[in-house]
Amino acid sequence: MATSDTTTTKPMIVFDNVEKRFGANVILAALNFTVEPGEHVTLIGPSGSGKTTILRLLMTLEKVDAGTIRVGGAYLSHMEKGGRLVPADEKHCRTVRKRIGMVFQQFNLFPNMTVRGNLIEGPTRVLGLPKDEANARAAELLELVGLKEKIDAHPTQLSGGQQQRVAIARALAMRPEVLLLDEVTSALDPELVAGVLSLLRDIGDTTDLTILCVTHEMGFARDFSHRVMMLDGGRVVEDAPPSQLFSEPREQRTRDFLRAVLDRR
Amino acid sequence: MPLWDWDYAFGILPDLLRALVTTIEITLLASAVALVLGLLIAIVRRTRIPVVDQLVWALVEFIRSTPLLVQIFFLFFVLPHFGITLSALVVGVLALGVHYATYTSEVYRAGIEAVPPGQWEAATALSLPRTRTWTGVILPQAIPRVLPALGNYVISMFKEVPLLLAIGVVEVVNAAREIGSVTFRFVEPYTIAGILFLLLSYPASMLVRRLERCRGDV
Repeated sequence: MATSDTTTTKPMIVFDNVEKRFGANVILAALNFTVEPGEHVTLIGPSGSGKTTILRLLMTLEKVDAGTIRVGGAYLSHMEKGGRLVPADEKHCRTVRKRIGMVFQQFNLFPNMTVRGNLIEGPTRVLGLPKDEANARAAELLELVGLKEKIDAHPTQLSGGQQQRVAIARALAMRPEVLLLDEVTSALDPELVAGVLSLLRDIGDTTDLTILCVTHEMGFARDFSHRVMMLDGGRVVEDAPPSQLFSEPREQRTRDFLRAVLDRR
Repeated sequence: MPLWDWDYAFGILPDLLRALVTTIEITLLASAVALVLGLLIAIVRRTRIPVVDQLVWALVEFIRSTPLLVQIFFLFFVLPHFGITLSALVVGVLALGVHYATYTSEVYRAGIEAVPPGQWEAATALSLPRTRTWTGVILPQAIPRVLPALGNYVISMFKEVPLLLAIGVVEVVNAAREIGSVTFRFVEPYTIAGILFLLLSYPASMLVRRLERCRGDV
């Protein structure tokens, strides 16, 4: 009922004049962009540019102040009621949100559960999967992220890199269509970053997930993304394939940012 | 006549022990009320449903700002005017339980707020239903942290049970008072009553302190 089929080609994500403020502070100003199914889009930009807010809006961790967001053709921020668009209620959010998974900077594994518990929680409680099926899926995903032997460990017994791998597996266990990666390597020790990034590359190569990624790893952004969006002050400054954006950025703002980021290394 | 008569002391011990059992019963029942109701109050306040939240807040502030003894008298002597007559024991359990629920709710609140926001966000990202987020993610992390504080309130309640002598509940202090008023010997009954409280409160608070020390790994 909530799905609206107005266009013939169906983008996976549509931001339509999205506005987000925190008090008087405008984070996103009339933001427009679309992401096609299977596309990997990386968001770069200085802190406060609204990158993470975009992911949080998609995960319904924040609400839009104006404009609409659609995911897979369905309104996420709103729902249709009596022919009008009204802000989405919790129940509506939950249905659309099931198509989206998110991995956080701080992992956010549930410390009161084992790795297995973390992995089967969503599938059993939300998708209604029988326990043995959820367990099988958990084992499969742990194999994928290289932590098969940690299934009965507690998150606190794992390194940051291992925790983040479990968090990635937890997000995938929900079989989402869209995966949001919010600075997933920023909290990791430097020597653990490469492993997590190569896991993400594998996942990107072997699945048809639509991936939206906020990262400071420019090398990863370059070879992982189909498109890079440079944000500044809540606006898209430049939107181009990585080969172009990193090699010959058109905008001065992008050049300044890239120089600052690359100088830091 | 000696200040302390051992025969007399042993003679009254069974009555006092019986009263102690009543005291413990009231403590346990009132604790159950305080622990469950306090948790419900904390959750309702956290969900911030308009009106309900304000109502609960007002009620909590009211109960916290008036003496427990007044609440006991109110339940026992005033409610019957409205056709609600409760036994002294029920009044004791309710008054103590509800009064302390307003305190335990604050303890739970602190425990709930100590759970990092990322846990709520991860639960949202998995689309977990609200109730499951509470029972599966938030409370299992919040409650272990606050067990020592809750334990301290249970001990406080135990020591407040004698207030119920005001409505005739035969708990330890009331039993001692009754024995003394018959025999006119107060030293032994009140001393034994005090010792009985000490014998239970002290080990209990040691237990709470141990709990405090080993809760670090939550």
